[in-house]
Amino acid sequence: MDTITQIRLLETMLRVRKAELQLAIMYKNGKVPCAAHLYEGQEAIAAGICDHLRHDDCITSTHRGHGHCIAKGMPIKKMIAEVSAKKTGCCGGKGGTMHLFMPEVGVMGTVGIVGGGIPIATGIGLAMKMQNTDRVAVSFFGDGAANNGSFHESLNLAALWKLPVIYICENNLYATSVAVWRSTPIPDIGIRGSAYGMPGVTVDGNHVDEVYAAMETAVARGRAGEGPTLIECKTYRIRGHFEGDDAFYRTKEEVAEARKRDPIDYWKAHLIANGAITEETFEAMSAKADEEVAEAAAFADASPYPEPESALLLSGNPA
Amino acid sequence: MARRIRFVEALREGMRQEMERDPSVFVMGEGVGPHGSCFKQTENFTNLFGIDRSRDTPISELAIAGAAAGAAMMGMRPIADLMWIDFSMLAMDQICNQAAKLPYISNGQVKTPVVYRMTTGKSKSNAAHHSGSFYSWFINTPGLKVVVPSTPYDAKGLIISAIRDDGPVIYLEHKLLLNNRGEVPEEPYEIPLGVADIKREGTDLTVVATGAMTVFTMTAAQKLEKEGVSIEIIDPRTLMPYDKDTILASVRKTGRLLAVDEGYRYCGFGSEMVAMTAENAWDALKQPPRQLTTMHTTIPFSPPMEDYVFPNPDRIADAVRSMMQS
Ligand SMILES: Cc1ncc(C[n+]2csc(CCOP(=O)(O)OP(=O)(O)O)c2C)c(N)n1
Ligand SMILES: [Mg+2]
Repeated sequence: MDTITQIRLLETMLRVRKAELQLAIMYKNGKVPCAAHLYEGQEAIAAGICDHLRHDDCITSTHRGHGHCIAKGMPIKKMIAEVSAKKTGCCGGKGGTMHLFMPEVGVMGTVGIVGGGIPIATGIGLAMKMQNTDRVAVSFFGDGAANNGSFHESLNLAALWKLPVIYICENNLYATSVAVWRSTPIPDIGIRGSAYGMPGVTVDGNHVDEVYAAMETAVARGRAGEGPTLIECKTYRIRGHFEGDDAFYRTKEEVAEARKRDPIDYWKAHLIANGAITEETFEAMSAKADEEVAEAAAFADASPYPEPESALLLSGNPA
Repeated sequence: MARRIRFVEALREGMRQEMERDPSVFVMGEGVGPHGSCFKQTENFTNLFGIDRSRDTPISELAIAGAAAGAAMMGMRPIADLMWIDFSMLAMDQICNQAAKLPYISNGQVKTPVVYRMTTGKSKSNAAHHSGSFYSWFINTPGLKVVVPSTPYDAKGLIISAIRDDGPVIYLEHKLLLNNRGEVPEEPYEIPLGVADIKREGTDLTVVATGAMTVFTMTAAQKLEKEGVSIEIIDPRTLMPYDKDTILASVRKTGRLLAVDEGYRYCGFGSEMVAMTAENAWDALKQPPRQLTTMHTTIPFSPPMEDYVFPNPDRIADAVRSMMQS
């Protein structure tokens, strides 16, 4: 991986992290009307995966999807404005934190139904194949979603039809209060790939270099028409399931331990060690991300709410 | 009867007492174990009954719903928690094609006494995938009963009846009502399924309302009272089968019907009330029967839009006023 890529990955991770922390504050201050599911601690996955994607590649994502959207190219201000229910948000305030779309950058939707985006990404891959392109589709989903029927049916279909879809399972060890070992009797979800007839790999999702490398292979396979891949990224959900979740079902020690494996700390140390950046360049990058996020928050703040009547636009209401 | 507890506590107490009484009753669903469910509906159950009888599941709605039906056929009495009514759509085949139909197609040789519990309705900016009121989907499935309590008292009595019922029952918990308080007896009691409750007596107009709409209509009724309009509020409590007699008796008395329904107006519970009243009490009606429903739209996220599409006490009062004027 060249130095520019290394630095770009760090930059993406920082932008995602800062945006999420900003939303946590905005939620506390009552500027976000509904508790959001934040992505802190999982940034290496969005960054490492999306770095391989072109503008015309597509993703589907989850209730925890802000980071995926940013990494795929959605301007932070469009995301924050949507999550704070403003007219200038990426969906005009109709979607909100769990329903973010921006087709022009390949964000084909984050969903509130667990597993709901997996078949959609599969169909996006089908279209890409039928249209004779070398585009790829990516579906992000959690360890919890991997036990839903939508996962099984989609992976079989994609393998059967050799679709250019990459399935990214972010195993953050929890699905709400249910720890993965209480929902899933196998140690690695990655091994399920072989059951469907596709490569299935498990990587450390807090190490962006590992994520990046696994995705490199998967994307090449997808673009070459060889079919889908399942990548499991092991990570940890640092915050509660949603803002305000006390998460008493796990210990403080466990969370503190996980914080020591912070993906940004890891990558920063790596880049300082190999001379790609210095402490000063890191500070500058961090400040730049802060500034972008502060501007985005100010944009959202200054934006109007949508008109009430606009609720009925596109609704299918026959009246 | 002085004890006042919250809706969610009443529901929990009803389930707990049934689990104490009958070892075949158990709960399963996402997060019903040690965490005690999203809204604490099964708080402390794993301490009382163990993780087998308050059983966490993977996020597998189809399997939860179907496994509950299968276990029920074998003599268990599962309470399957599907969290949000919106997620029940992933389980529709097992609820509507299997649990609902197996007793009929087997000619009565098997029974499926499952309670499918889910939260329903509007909350605060829960948006497109977490705000549904799809009970009419279930009303439209022969073989299912559909229960929507609006008070803590009803929540307890109806969950007990639902558990004891020998067929599948959809039990809906409105998110806006979970923390409401009301008087609830400590001992177990049943509220028969299919029996309405007159939540407020009145003379000028009958409102049939369910779930949170019952509470909204109570608020509207107080305003209207000051304006000299007296409305009678009927909460059917069970939407299938519903209490035709009580509703018709009220409409015959007042001569006016307004159905307030958080579901949609087309082929919904509200339109059923209008149709049923027109069919059976035409002669007694002073006014065409009307319905006030959620607008026919996916539920938007942003508060101004969200507020725009749902019935609220002011809109209910306006609808009543317009029916009284003309
Ligand atoms: C079909 C469906 N079932 C249940 C839920 C409620 N729910 C929302 S998020 C979640 C946990 C998801 O866990 P996972 O897939 O691991 O994603 P994570 O939250 O860890 O990112 C659950 C059960 C839902 N939204 N949709
Ligand atoms: Mg998870």
